[in-house]
Amino acid sequence: MIVAERKPFTEIKEMLSGYRKILILGCGTCVSVCMAGGEKEVEILASQIRMAFEKENREIEIKEATIQRQCDREFIETIRKMAGEYEAVLSLACGAGVQFVAELLAPLLILPGLNTRFIGVAEAEGVWSERCRACGDCVLSETAGICPVTICAKSLLNGPCGGTRDGKCEVDKDKDCAWTLIYRRLQEGGKLEKMRKIHPPKKHGVRIYPQRQVNEEFKKEVKSEK
Amino acid sequence: MSKKTFQEALSSGKFVVTTEVGPPKGTNIERLLSAIDLLKDRVDGINVTDNQSSVMRVSSLAICHLVQEKGGEAILQQTCRDRNRMALESELLGANVLGIHNLLCLTGDHLSAGDHQDAQPVFDLDSVQLIQIAKMMEAGKDSAGNELKGAVKFCVGATVNPGANPLEPQLLKFEKKIAAGAQFFQTQAVYDVEGFARFMKQVEGFKVPILAGVIPLKSPGMAKYMNENVAGVSVPDRLIEEMTKAENKEAKGIEIAARLIKDLKGVCPGVHIMAIGWEEKVPEILSQAGIG
Amino acid sequence: MAEFEPKVVAFCCHYCAYSAADLAGSLRLEYPANVRIVKLMCTGRVDASHLLKAFEAGADAVLVAGCEEGDCHFREGNIKAKRRVGYARKLLREAGLEGERLEMFNLGASDAHKFAAAVNEMTERARKLGPNPLRISREHRAKSIEQRAKRTRAPGTRAPEKPNERS
Repeated sequence: MIVAERKPFTEIKEMLSGYRKILILGCGTCVSVCMAGGEKEVEILASQIRMAFEKENREIEIKEATIQRQCDREFIETIRKMAGEYEAVLSLACGAGVQFVAELLAPLLILPGLNTRFIGVAEAEGVWSERCRACGDCVLSETAGICPVTICAKSLLNGPCGGTRDGKCEVDKDKDCAWTLIYRRLQEGGKLEKMRKIHPPKKHGVRIYPQRQVNEEFKKEVKSEK
Repeated sequence: MSKKTFQEALSSGKFVVTTEVGPPKGTNIERLLSAIDLLKDRVDGINVTDNQSSVMRVSSLAICHLVQEKGGEAILQQTCRDRNRMALESELLGANVLGIHNLLCLTGDHLSAGDHQDAQPVFDLDSVQLIQIAKMMEAGKDSAGNELKGAVKFCVGATVNPGANPLEPQLLKFEKKIAAGAQFFQTQAVYDVEGFARFMKQVEGFKVPILAGVIPLKSPGMAKYMNENVAGVSVPDRLIEEMTKAENKEAKGIEIAARLIKDLKGVCPGVHIMAIGWEEKVPEILSQAGIG
Repeated sequence: MAEFEPKVVAFCCHYCAYSAADLAGSLRLEYPANVRIVKLMCTGRVDASHLLKAFEAGADAVLVAGCEEGDCHFREGNIKAKRRVGYARKLLREAGLEGERLEMFNLGASDAHKFAAAVNEMTERARKLGPNPLRISREHRAKSIEQRAKRTRAPGTRAPEKPNERS
């Protein structure tokens, strides 16, 4: 999932100066799971903003809503009409969601309430950690299912750097050295010979930003219901 | 010392000595220049570090050029931290044009260790790939396969950490570096000659010269600090004790470094002295070790 | 604000604090009358949003009272509540309210005295901190609307005398 965290409250407050009627829009998928921008977070943020503004004798009217996904046209369409009644939308989605809402509801102003951080997993209750850098050229078959691009602080493809120490990373003593993990798992699986292969430099040419993917078989023209 | 190139020195069968200088942070280079003057005729090569410890400094290439101008043999250090493959390749061409033909390929410390923590870490390549590309460029092509008008010529080196724990992944990478074309190695600092001899035994089949790293101790505190904070370095207690008891720490540090070098003579084909601010004491260390 | 009588909201677990509150009543223990009790099956039901909304509605202090740690009927509802109270305090501070207005208490069903003491403590805290700042701004706003209304209701007449204050 995409893992995000809420922007500092002071930054959000600053962003909202000048608005008197806003819609806080949550996203029901990734950022709900990582407790940054789901229905509950919308409710809490709205409450905080109302209190902070009221304390300063500033008027603000807040509408709370959450859609299943802000990265999907069909869900955004459902709030088009309602959103039009507000001066701005404070979106609690990842950067992709914020942009898609902005694109579909333009010229309505969309403000981001989150900082998008990484693609990761729910490691434990309340803990998320990065697992994929979306490099577009997966090497996990060669590295025992541990991504050196993501887990190694230097994204090294050919083994550990000289800074690794007792299986830990040079950057942070609490983090495991990706290449020590890879080495151990390959060894346990009897596949250590994989560590002898020299991996060539990544082909970054396949990733010219922004990227796009089309599935010709399923491609269909879509129109917004304006 | 006769004017042999570093590569000639490596293949001559003599005990090879290299050392290193760290470019300053700023344009005052007087001290560096006098260190180069003191060192250039006593060693077979002078490494010039590349933004060492991720602290921004004068570029390695510029100082290598000054070393060559003064008649020294420069070894250009290049890390993968600050330059993508295009910048690195262009730097290698530049080095050759300036007459610099020795290259040490490193991964580089992470930016989080240094003074530009908000910069973008690059790591487009790793050290193995950088060695490979240097060799490709010797064959007349850049990493994208484009023809070079005039190939490069490098004696390409790499690093290995004999004290790494676990050692095996480090050894596997060491093998890859050799397969990629590494012609010499410089190691992390060695204090335990016996342990290092065991490491040398393990890798004796590879026939690539390994220069053992020597860092002169300045104080017992420095030894303890390295034990706690530097990967793969372990200063034995007896050396720390020797330093603690010594009245003249400086003389003792020099004496221990010279002794290490003498002991290493039978173990490996050379040493690489990293003086870290004590560059002017390297000639004294060498004299005490019976070199030059 | 000499006559300020704090409003306290108490989120009480059915199995302990609610019974304790009941017992406190039976024992005729003295505790402030204007505590509003919200009964829950477990404090584990408490969410940060509930706590914030109590303050939004004008509470001067809020307490969450659950079972002693280790005694929760739902194993760890009270432990979760404690963490949420901590989180809600942070959220309150961000919004500009004092975190001390919110507290978690642990007690047993027979701890009537402990319940009364908890309510007394939160009432005292609120007294020291003064009314919920939102109430102050609300009253202030209400007054200014009233004054504006007066002014518009009597055009041409003499404006009410301004209180002689320099602040």
